[in-house]
Amino acid sequence: MAVRKNQANLTATEKRNFVNALLELKKSGRYDGFVRTHNQFIMSDTDNGDRVGHRSPSFLPWHRQFLIQFEKELQTVDASVTLPYWDWTADRTTTASIWGADFLGGNGRPRDAQVTTGPFAYSGGKWPITVNVDSRQYLQREMGAGVAQLPTRAEVDSVLAMATYDMAPWNSSSNGFRNHLEGWRGVNLHNRVHVWMGGQMSSGVSPNDPVFWLHHCFIDKLWAEWQRAHPTSTYLPAAGTANVVDLGDTMRPWNNVTPADMLDHTRFYTYDR
Amino acid sequence: MSSNVNRRLVLRGTAVAVAGAALAVPGVLAGTGTLAQAASTTDHSGHGGPATPGGPVPFDELYQGRRIVGKAAEGGHGAHHGGGFTVSIDGKELHLMRNADGTYISVINHYETYADPRAVARAAVDKLRGATLVPIAT
Repeated sequence: MAVRKNQANLTATEKRNFVNALLELKKSGRYDGFVRTHNQFIMSDTDNGDRVGHRSPSFLPWHRQFLIQFEKELQTVDASVTLPYWDWTADRTTTASIWGADFLGGNGRPRDAQVTTGPFAYSGGKWPITVNVDSRQYLQREMGAGVAQLPTRAEVDSVLAMATYDMAPWNSSSNGFRNHLEGWRGVNLHNRVHVWMGGQMSSGVSPNDPVFWLHHCFIDKLWAEWQRAHPTSTYLPAAGTANVVDLGDTMRPWNNVTPADMLDHTRFYTYDR
Repeated sequence: MSSNVNRRLVLRGTAVAVAGAALAVPGVLAGTGTLAQAASTTDHSGHGGPATPGGPVPFDELYQGRRIVGKAAEGGHGAHHGGGFTVSIDGKELHLMRNADGTYISVINHYETYADPRAVARAAVDKLRGATLVPIAT
């Protein structure tokens, strides 16, 4: 069983293998397919229309399946690789080891927000941004510019304490755990991290930055933590909801997996703690 | 909030005329946005209404050297996602989306909400740093 680990605890070899697998997927074109898929969903998921990947109950199972699919692609390159997670409540500065030149590289430079260190710097020639919303081909980051602070553990705990998974109207105005974790309401966890990163991470083509996967892996882990904290709570809505993926409905783009299939992550992987 | 914008449009027209008369050279249009913005911040007495009842007010201004335009959608993409409104930067469409609470996001800033389409457009200009929007393959 694959074990997903805290990125802060990866060995030098694990970091190198993960980075090399990312670069290989990029080279083959498979990486950019994931960026394109994510952007298609983020542009088409609307509060009053069909919504699958975002601003809806299926935000969590959709991204769980999306990450599983991506992790499988990484493993076609290197079977030892699993997705690490970034606990941004703990590693919350621009000087944390996650931003080292041996891993994800650092913040963007002031002039144009261009990342100039690490394996994904444009000058390295291995990470051109091709699925983009504007003409710039280099990875950008502006850490802490859009919002000063990453969420704290206390803020995370306040959201994990919410016993109801999601509530009508099942969108960005909902009360409940899912929307508070997603961040459209309340202390703002997931959305705020995208904004804190800046660059492509705050846009619809956010998977252009490899930290996307580590961020969403931690969001996925928080869903698992919430399930442990609330064993009698489950995914909602159960059935018959217009424009929304009910527990037993299949999710686009796969059309063969349901939120019910995604509830138990231990069918696919475990976490290190 | 909404009444200021139509007033600015009126003022912008005035500013263009003034700038044109004073400088009498082509190519000074980029400066008129600044004049119009300065005027709009000191004169909030205008009146006007949204393009659609309850919807955002159209705008057409120069912001940081970029022409940003917001107007009622005539069908298609913006009509569906933007709450009946479309926004462009230098003539290129900025994908806009209206949230259930009436706030807006764009494809450039997709995880942060803004009060109205003009604020979305300005935030996008800030982030673009002069780069050009490109159509997104979907």
